[in-house]
Amino acid sequence: MSSDGTGTAERDWPLYEVFVRGKRGLNHVHVGSLHAADDRMALTHARDLYTRRNEGVSIWVVRSTHIAASTRDEKDPFFQPSADKVYRHPTFYDIPDDVPHI
Amino acid sequence: MSDDIDAIDATDDHVYLSLAEGHDDGAARWAFGTGFEDPLHGVDTAVPDGVDTAELAAMCLALGDDALVCAQRLAQWCTRAPELEEEVALANIGLDLLGQARLLYARCGQVDGTGRGEDAYAYTRDPDDFRNTRLAELPDTDFAFCVVRLLVLSSWRLALFGRLASAADPVLAAVAAKGVAELTYHRQYAADWALRLGDGTEESHRRMRAALAAVAPYLGEVLDARPQFAAHADAVRQETLAVLDQVLLAAGLDLPAAAAVPGSGRRGEHTEHLAPLLAELQSVARAHPEAAW
Repeated sequence: MSSDGTGTAERDWPLYEVFVRGKRGLNHVHVGSLHAADDRMALTHARDLYTRRNEGVSIWVVRSTHIAASTRDEKDPFFQPSADKVYRHPTFYDIPDDVPHI
Repeated sequence: MSDDIDAIDATDDHVYLSLAEGHDDGAARWAFGTGFEDPLHGVDTAVPDGVDTAELAAMCLALGDDALVCAQRLAQWCTRAPELEEEVALANIGLDLLGQARLLYARCGQVDGTGRGEDAYAYTRDPDDFRNTRLAELPDTDFAFCVVRLLVLSSWRLALFGRLASAADPVLAAVAAKGVAELTYHRQYAADWALRLGDGTEESHRRMRAALAAVAPYLGEVLDARPQFAAHADAVRQETLAVLDQVLLAAGLDLPAAAAVPGSGRRGEHTEHLAPLLAELQSVARAHPEAAW
């Protein structure tokens, strides 16, 4: 509990973000968050909270404080410029039937 | 174009939909989980020649009673566990055991000559008819007791199920084989907490010592396992004690010597704590016999 070095988390377990990969899923998907004292406990909690209905075969957990996120203020400069660039989609090619995941 | 983007956003909001992608379970799917398996799928329910049905029924009953009573104690942690996450973890373990109890009671009814269904075993028997080990019925005094009890019972049950997975009766063997993965997790959960608490603070260490002292007088009955599990008792005892020694050593704890409490739950001799537990468990079923959802 004191491994974060802040000394202020004596009573409250840190927050973790949970990512689960479905049985035939290709990637881990963010499913929610939870509290845990350490990485090992975060994994068992994630197993108990987010895969109890047979949703997944693989779990990632990461301390929420370790995630760098874009902010609301950056929304326009980050994302607006791509809104009208339809030519960035490779829709002008014929994709062969046997090429998966496109 | 913008309509397409909105549609994609809406789908992404339901993260479990993408987890469930590619599943074709159709009507078999409920909530978000998919791909459920029937643990008895393809298992022949005929009793093989040479199997003593009275012995088989007694084993199923005792294992079912252990599981049902443990599940009830674990369910009592709902709204009382130290953390929300632990509450769900304990409830999950209880539900695993409840699933085992249902299969074992159903098998018991098939082989003991009464033809009773699982509900008859859970809801209409009196405390004297139960054959669970008394350790399962003791009330939880604190989280440390819950951890120690779970460590002992899951270690013993896992050692036994590992052997019953090759039992002559195909149903008992299938139930045991399915239970091994569940019990491995239960034991790991309990062992993780035993390490954290035993090797934690002064207070957590003190509580673990107190819990071990409270459990020790009932350990002999668990390990003795007579009469139902006499055939496997010695090997299961050794494996269970080896696991407990390993976990407790790492946790800086030890198993205190204690005089056994007279009597045995395996013969229907229970503590005063079982009757109130069953009264709560059975109250709705007894008030509304044969009621259905």
